[in-house]
Amino acid sequence: MITPAQASWWITLCLVIQFLGIACFVFIVTKRIAPLIRAEHDFRLDRPWLRAQMLLKFWFGQWKHPRYRVAGTLHLFIFAGFLILSTRAFYLLMFGLADDLAAPSTTGGIYDIVADYAATIVFLAVSAAAVRRVFFKPARYAVPERYGKGHPVDAIFLLALIAILMVSESLFEASRTAIQIQQGATADFLPLLSLPWILKDVLGSASLASLWKLHLVAYFVDVLTFYFLLCYRPFGIQFHVETSLFNVFFAKLDRGTVKPVRWGVNDERLDQVKSFGIKKFEDFTWKHMLDFYSCADCGRCSDNCPASAVGRPLSPRFLTIKARDYAFEHFPVFGKSSNSHALIGGIYSDDEIWSCTTCGACEEECPLMVEYIDKIVDLRRGLVDDGKVPKSIQKALKALESRGNPYGKMEKKRGDWAKEKEFQQSCTVKVLDGKSSAKTLYFVDSISSYDDRIQAIGRATARILSAAGEDFAILGAAEKDSAHDVRRFGEEMLFQALRDHNVDAIKTSGVSRIVTSDPHAYNALKHDYKDVPPVEHIGQFIARETKAGTLKLNDVQGSSNVYAYHDPCYLGRHNQVYDDPRAVLDAIPGLKRVEMSRCRDRSFCCGGGGLMLFYEPQEEERMGVKRVRMAAEVGANVIVTACPFCMVNIEDAIKVSGMEGKMTAIDLAELVDQHLVREVPQPEAKGNEELIHAHA
Amino acid sequence: MEILVCARRVPDTSENEIQLNPAGNDIERDDLVYSINEPDNYAVEEALQIVAKAGGNVTVATVGGEEDEEILRREMAMGANKAVLLSDEVFCGSDGRGIATILKGFVQKGNYDLVLTGVQAEDAGAQVGGMLAAMLDYAFASLVNSIEVLDGKKLKISCEVEGGNKEISEIDLPCVLSIQTGINEPRYVGMRGIRQVASLEIPTYGASDLGVDKADVGEAAAKVKRDNYFVPALGKGAEILGGSSEEIAAKLIELMKAKGGL
Repeated sequence: MITPAQASWWITLCLVIQFLGIACFVFIVTKRIAPLIRAEHDFRLDRPWLRAQMLLKFWFGQWKHPRYRVAGTLHLFIFAGFLILSTRAFYLLMFGLADDLAAPSTTGGIYDIVADYAATIVFLAVSAAAVRRVFFKPARYAVPERYGKGHPVDAIFLLALIAILMVSESLFEASRTAIQIQQGATADFLPLLSLPWILKDVLGSASLASLWKLHLVAYFVDVLTFYFLLCYRPFGIQFHVETSLFNVFFAKLDRGTVKPVRWGVNDERLDQVKSFGIKKFEDFTWKHMLDFYSCADCGRCSDNCPASAVGRPLSPRFLTIKARDYAFEHFPVFGKSSNSHALIGGIYSDDEIWSCTTCGACEEECPLMVEYIDKIVDLRRGLVDDGKVPKSIQKALKALESRGNPYGKMEKKRGDWAKEKEFQQSCTVKVLDGKSSAKTLYFVDSISSYDDRIQAIGRATARILSAAGEDFAILGAAEKDSAHDVRRFGEEMLFQALRDHNVDAIKTSGVSRIVTSDPHAYNALKHDYKDVPPVEHIGQFIARETKAGTLKLNDVQGSSNVYAYHDPCYLGRHNQVYDDPRAVLDAIPGLKRVEMSRCRDRSFCCGGGGLMLFYEPQEEERMGVKRVRMAAEVGANVIVTACPFCMVNIEDAIKVSGMEGKMTAIDLAELVDQHLVREVPQPEAKGNEELIHAHA
Repeated sequence: MEILVCARRVPDTSENEIQLNPAGNDIERDDLVYSINEPDNYAVEEALQIVAKAGGNVTVATVGGEEDEEILRREMAMGANKAVLLSDEVFCGSDGRGIATILKGFVQKGNYDLVLTGVQAEDAGAQVGGMLAAMLDYAFASLVNSIEVLDGKKLKISCEVEGGNKEISEIDLPCVLSIQTGINEPRYVGMRGIRQVASLEIPTYGASDLGVDKADVGEAAAKVKRDNYFVPALGKGAEILGGSSEEIAAKLIELMKAKGGL
């Protein structure tokens, strides 16, 4: 038994621990916030309702977690348990000892039952997680040699702490109930098979004195573990328990966009900005630093990263972890913060930063909404500003500056793809040169204008528009590169020059809408350009027109081909156009379509578009080769894509992987063009039929 | 160290389709895109790297007209401290010797320890560097592919020798060096850099400023005159190798050995 004097001594000790625990936590967190205050601005308070919805879905709802079944489910249990137990933990810490060291149950009734089960489930979940870590060792947790040593013990230690917390809390309750039983008082109800229920039976035979001791020890272990965990969290991946709420609330809302060079500095005032991009740690925005703190090192980003998959020197996971370690080292909890060093050549290498295709697989997967593309682009801006650009990309950028296309081809030949003889017999393409006008602009972009192979996609697109009776035209020599990837390669000022030129040309042309067959151009026109008419990808156009019956498609005419649709990153992930291209394929009667294991928002990048075609990466294998194999695995022999860059990469991959004859690639527009039911004018019926066969 | 780099603006070979004009004595120059002569760009980069280590200034000079300012600005955006345009009506039509004479006038106005030129102009010969050195009575080395500053008075340089060998020499300052491409990796000059130097004044010097005798420069003084321009006709000789990848590779190696490529 405990005397009132003893009780007040215990209560004082408990209060001291609590006060010290909270003071420590506040001190550590203040130190962690220090670099965020010195960071670049980042405006994240807009659209609070939308942010609240994001919080509900991605934080509270743990939306992305089940994408990884086992780990996701375990996390779901632990997260839900923590939420449920937070009330009890608070109550326990505040009032645990108030009532003679044996507070009756917290809020009583159903909550207690739920909390007891929650503690049990969390205990089981962390045990399962530990077993998984120790015995099954999922590959994505491994730390490749070049990124240093793994810390498997850290994860186990963290799981153990949580387990201790659950056990001590349950023991506290179980011992109290055992005391009540021995004293003949009304015992608290402990739910069947819950952790306290099991422990109560184990303790049944213990003496009353030892039960009291156990009760007290359990309480103090609980309090100590709680505060230790609280103060230990800001030193590693476990910090996400605190930061995730903020990281999700302040997450990026606009897909497909790239952050401005400086938040709050508009394009006209950019000339006054002394340095572009990220060169040192303090150049990151506070949100990006929060990302570093929030990363739980779960490895899902790198598990999905195509650059990591082919052995390029990039892993989004370590992009974050290295920056977090840098922050911990240079802005330490104890001691002074040290001078900042250049990140490139320090924790990052040039090739690491150029290796990213901005496909967005990492961001799509991250349960904590950590951003990567904006950081990569900002780091590239820093490299461009310092003149550190790979030579092959320098050439393309120079050509874009002088000729408006990365190949250095003549401006006046931009529209020549439409002058091919055979094509001209079946389709004429107007050029908006000031004399003619049209309702719809077909924005062709550089690759479809100049690349011999890809011009076929341009011509197929034109024939489809024509067959749908669309009043369309091209800009011809007045069009310049959409500069989508110029921006993403960090050359912001060149991007702006090309964008301004195109916006001007589009506005002057008087068109009321835009169609493009290039997802990169589509993304640029939709997100990077301002004040241009609405834009549509040709896949969306075809889906609508086939549904409306304006475009009719022939059946596969006995073909036994098996088609797999490859989602281009800038159509799929960045713009959520997944269903239209599939609907188009399904509108071709008799077409057999399969899905690759990595499809839709988990699509695997072909190798990267735009300027990525000019980059010579260090890699063990091409991304395209992996992609082609994925199609073969599900029994497809035709890969359908809807992006000219995917076409280049996949066709190359088919060649280098020796799958010529077994696998072919075709653009969605080309496939539809082959199956178009053409309005056949009577006298020329024969000639046109031949044409269909020629294309088929 | 005070370094002067002599640069030239030429039609960009990678961004133009070179065609003969109807007269057949020059290329069609409408629609051409110009840029700095590539070897000169390497020379500027090398100069910048030298002053980054040894201190000093980099000046870039070109002989030409107003349109040539474009390349001077690009090199200033790259990091050159000064740029000058050597321009005068009487300079028009100068041959290599004429250009060397004009540059000599400018070098003598200043106090340069080192004069760099590109190894050759992409639209002409490799004339000016050697002639300039001779006129100035400076030491000269060509095809230089590395430079190391030994002390204030000497450089250690290496020059390309046939077969990929290098000849290492010490050379006294002041000297003229013609720089081979590949000596470094020239930094990228972005739109932003060019815009930042867009409004800088570029001084122009004429014949009288440089103390150049009009009789020594210009078309009248030129002893080399372009007579014709020849574009080789597409001929035979192309062969497409067949077979498996291994077979193609084996045949290719054989061919390269046979033709002296390996």
